[in-house]
Order: sequence, then structure tokens, then C-alpha cells
Amino acid sequence: MGPALLVVIALVVGLIFLGILVVVGMYNGLVRARNETKNSWAQIDVQLKRRHDLIPNLVETVKGYAAHESKTLESVIAARSQAVSAPTTDARIAAEGQLSQALSRLMVVTEQYPDLKANQNFLSLQEELTSTENKISFARQAYNDAATSYNTRIETFPSNLIAGNFGFKPEPLFQVTDEKERQAPQVKF
Amino acid sequence: MWEAIESNRRRSRWIVAGMGALLVALGGLIGNAIAPRTGILIGLGGALFVWILLWTVAVFQGDSIMLSIAGAQKIEKADAPQLFNVVEEMVIASSLGKMPDIYVIPDDRPNAFAAGRKPETRVVCVTSGLLRLMSRDELQGVIAHEIGHHKNGDPALMILMGVMLGAIVLLADVFLRSNILFGGRRRSRDDKDDSGGLQILLVVLAFALAILAPILAQVMYFACSRRREYLADASAARFTRYPEGLASALEKIAVEAQGNRQANRVLAPMYIVNPMEALAAVGLFSTHPPTENRVHILRSMGGGVGYVDYDAAFRKITGKAGCIGARTLNEDTPATRREGGPEGPVAAGPETREEKVTRSREVGNLLGRMGGLTMMQCPCGVGIKIPPGAPWATIPCPRCGRENRVPGK
Repeated sequence: MGPALLVVIALVVGLIFLGILVVVGMYNGLVRARNETKNSWAQIDVQLKRRHDLIPNLVETVKGYAAHESKTLESVIAARSQAVSAPTTDARIAAEGQLSQALSRLMVVTEQYPDLKANQNFLSLQEELTSTENKISFARQAYNDAATSYNTRIETFPSNLIAGNFGFKPEPLFQVTDEKERQAPQVKF
Repeated sequence: MWEAIESNRRRSRWIVAGMGALLVALGGLIGNAIAPRTGILIGLGGALFVWILLWTVAVFQGDSIMLSIAGAQKIEKADAPQLFNVVEEMVIASSLGKMPDIYVIPDDRPNAFAAGRKPETRVVCVTSGLLRLMSRDELQGVIAHEIGHHKNGDPALMILMGVMLGAIVLLADVFLRSNILFGGRRRSRDDKDDSGGLQILLVVLAFALAILAPILAQVMYFACSRRREYLADASAARFTRYPEGLASALEKIAVEAQGNRQANRVLAPMYIVNPMEALAAVGLFSTHPPTENRVHILRSMGGGVGYVDYDAAFRKITGKAGCIGARTLNEDTPATRREGGPEGPVAAGPETREEKVTRSREVGNLLGRMGGLTMMQCPCGVGIKIPPGAPWATIPCPRCGRENRVPGK
């Protein structure tokens, strides 16, 4: 066995080792990207729940000042209970959209009650609701960003080879289909 | 997510390596000048020692020292709900993960900075002036910029660079001073064991480097700092999907930030706008790019909000090569601005006078609480402030006359 052979063996072993490192790195990168997508999705859920929690308090406060807006208040309550008890994801998305619209109608109505708008409790609920609507949107945005980046990795060379072999599946993007829902957060409190 | 951390770290790595080389060269040459040849190792050891010492101080004490210099106080959600919410929104938008601690500095000039080397010690700090002056969109832009710094790993990088700069300045300073003080004696001894022209050349080199290295290191430090500011602006546009928020905030800050006496030179690179020279010309020794440029870039993104759009606007305005790493640009996905976009909230728009009054009252209350005042509210809606150590157990409401119990009495 000459020294030349030894060098060749060392080179081959080194290359194999390097290859394994690259594969492991890519695999871990894909897992990280997938986890980030999952976390962002969970965040949307957290914020939707937070909105459900805010509504009873909001309805109570508004009732005290604007009792004859009962129709608007009832539609908010109905939309909320529908969203809470929605059996499927699709039904849930539709119900949450309805809730967004009902809430924005309620907020338009409250504009007519100066006493209500001066109420400290209402003001802080309003800030919480504004922020929660923002957080829902930002969580969707973050989810779409994470999912797009993850999907691109799955589809592009060379990480697509690893994704194919280890069963990484692309994640669907969040698309707002309803034009009204798209407009919903535009209401300025 | 965007790997902005990775590709930019690669770019900054060259600057860090350059500074490291400077530190090593300085240590070696100084050692050699003190004791030919054998001194090289001592010099290198000395340089390493100074670096480790400063690094330890920076790591264990840095953030708390900085916050206490600036007079900052940690606040909770109840103290400033809107600020807290805006930070939460940006943490969600950026997928930063852990929520940073929020500090407020009682200072009327608007400014903000991000600090903290590790996720557990992350801090976002704003002045009360910022809270008073900014609309919700503008505050969101500023916070997004600071969260961008965290997302891009800037505080850690700037600490690393700052420590290297400090070590270089310290070594050079000690060497030059000791030679001015004891110069005469050294030279006479050097004459005796003179080991030839090379040694003389090396000693001259040591002096030259001791004079030049601190200047070079500062130029590198500031160049890196400026680049990071542009990058954080790009991140802010991306996170908020609304570059105008940050642009208009920067304009307001630039006008008001002049003469921010509470900030000192060491802290300057941390702020969103350099408090020392808010409107002054920007040269090699500026920590921040000119605010005018930053605003102009943010407003020239042509309706886009991605890193690609920012980079294009940057090249157009400054005439330089791009400011963002190729990998980040490759991974950038198209995103639409908030108006009419399918995602992200719509801007709240210009605020009414009412909202401005409410906000300045809130900031006043926040400052009162930070100063030790007890805040309470009469059931009729009037807010009452009670100074610390007040003897009364109850206090009459100035409007409705109801006797209110003072909390904690």
C-alpha cells in the first residue's frame, strides 16, 4: 500500500464525512423552518382565543352606555359563540371572519356615544381589541412568511432532495378570500 | 426566518476579523518594542488579557450598566399598555420568540435603543418623549426597528466590536503614555542591546500602529454600526409592511433629538437616531447614517416592503452597492404594503387631537408612577396622584367629593 493510496482513502473518507455534515445541516435547517411555521400557526390561534376572551367584557361595558344597540351586540355574541364552537377549520375561519365584521360594526356604533368613549375601562378594552386585531394580522403575516420560506426550501435544489426523502410537505398559505374580511381591520377606533 | 442573521454576520465577520487582526498585531508589536523577540508573546498575552477582561465586564455587567447610566426603569403592561402591545405585535411579526423586557427612560427627547446579548436578556428601551410624540404607526415603526436589531443579532455583534475597539484603544493608550513618561530611559537601554535595523523598524511600526490602530478600529466600528442601522430599517419595513411609519418617526426624532444630554458617546451607537449629532453631517466617525437618507430610502421603496425593495431604494439613493446580504435577498419573498394588502393590519392613519391629549396624559401618569407617585382612580372617573410617603389614609375626590381610600394605607 503506497502513500498515494492512503491519500486517496483519506480524501474519500473526508468527502463522505463532509457530505454527511451537509445533509445533517440541511435536514436540521428544514426542521427548524417547519417548526417556525408551526409556531407561527399556533400564534394565530393564541390571538384568536384572546379576542374571544375580550368580547364578553367589551359587550358588558358597551351595554351600560348603549343598551338599545342590542342588535349589534347580539350579532357579536352570536358570531363569537359560533367561532368558539366551530367544528372544522374551514368553519372556524369563516366564523372568525364574521366575528371580525361584527366587531367592526360594533366599533362604528360606539362612535356615537361620547360618554362611552370617555370611559377608562372602554378605552383600555379598545386598545386591547385594536392590538389583538393587529396581532392576528401580524401572526398571519409571520405564518405566511415562515411558510413561504419553508416551501421555497422544500422546492429548491439541493434541499428538495432531502425534503423528498424525509417526507417534508409544503404548508398551505393563509389567503384572505373574502373581500369584506380584508377590509375589516381598516376600521379606525 | 430570513437568515438575515447569517448572511449579514458573514459580511460583518470580515470587519470583526480585521479588528481582531489589528488587536493581535498591536499586541505583538508593542511586546516586541518593550523586549525584542521574547516580548512578542508577552504582548500577545497582554492583548488577550485586556480583551478577555473587557469582554467579561461587558457580558456580565454591560446591559445593566448601560441601563443604569441612562436612568431607565423596567415597566410592566399595566404601566404603558399601548407600548407593551406594540412590542408584542412586532415580536409576533418578526417571530422573535421571547418577549424582550421593556424599559422607559424619563427624558423628553424621543429616542429608543435595543440591548441584550442573549434572548433572555433582551431589552427594548424607549424615552418618555418618544411615547409622547409618536402616533401608534410611528411607535410601531420605531419598535420594529429595535426588534429588527434583535432579530439580526446586532446587540451581540456591537458588544463584540465595542470590546475589541476598547481593547485596542486601551493598549495603544497605555503604550504611548508609558513611552512619553519613561521614553528617555528606555531609549538609552535599547541602544546597548540594539539588535539591528529590523528591531528599529519594528519599534517604529509599533508606534505607528499605536497611533493608527485606534483610529482604524473606530472607522471599522462605525462603518459596521451604520450598516446595521440600514438593515434594521429594512427589517422594520418588512415587519410592519408600512415603511412610512418609521420614516415619519425618524423625521420627528431627528428634529427633537438634538442635544440629548442624557445619552453619552458610548451609548450613541445603540440609539435609533444618533443623539449626539442628530442632524450633523455624517462622516467616517458617525455611528448612524444620515437620517435624511434613511427617510428618503424608506419612502422610495416603490410600494414594496421586502428586503429586495429596500436594497434597490438604498442603491438608488446612496449610489453605493447594496446594504443587504445576497442570501437574504434571495430568500426574500414578495410582500405587499398594508393598504389593500391581503395580510397585515391597515395603518391607523394620522391621529386626532383627542388621541394626542390622551396619550400625553398617559405618559404623564407613567412618569408619575416611575417617580414613585401612587395613581388611583375615583369611581367618578377622576384620576388622583398621591406623592410617596403621604400621611393620609383617605383622600377626597376633587370633583365629586367622595372619600377614597389610599391604597396601601
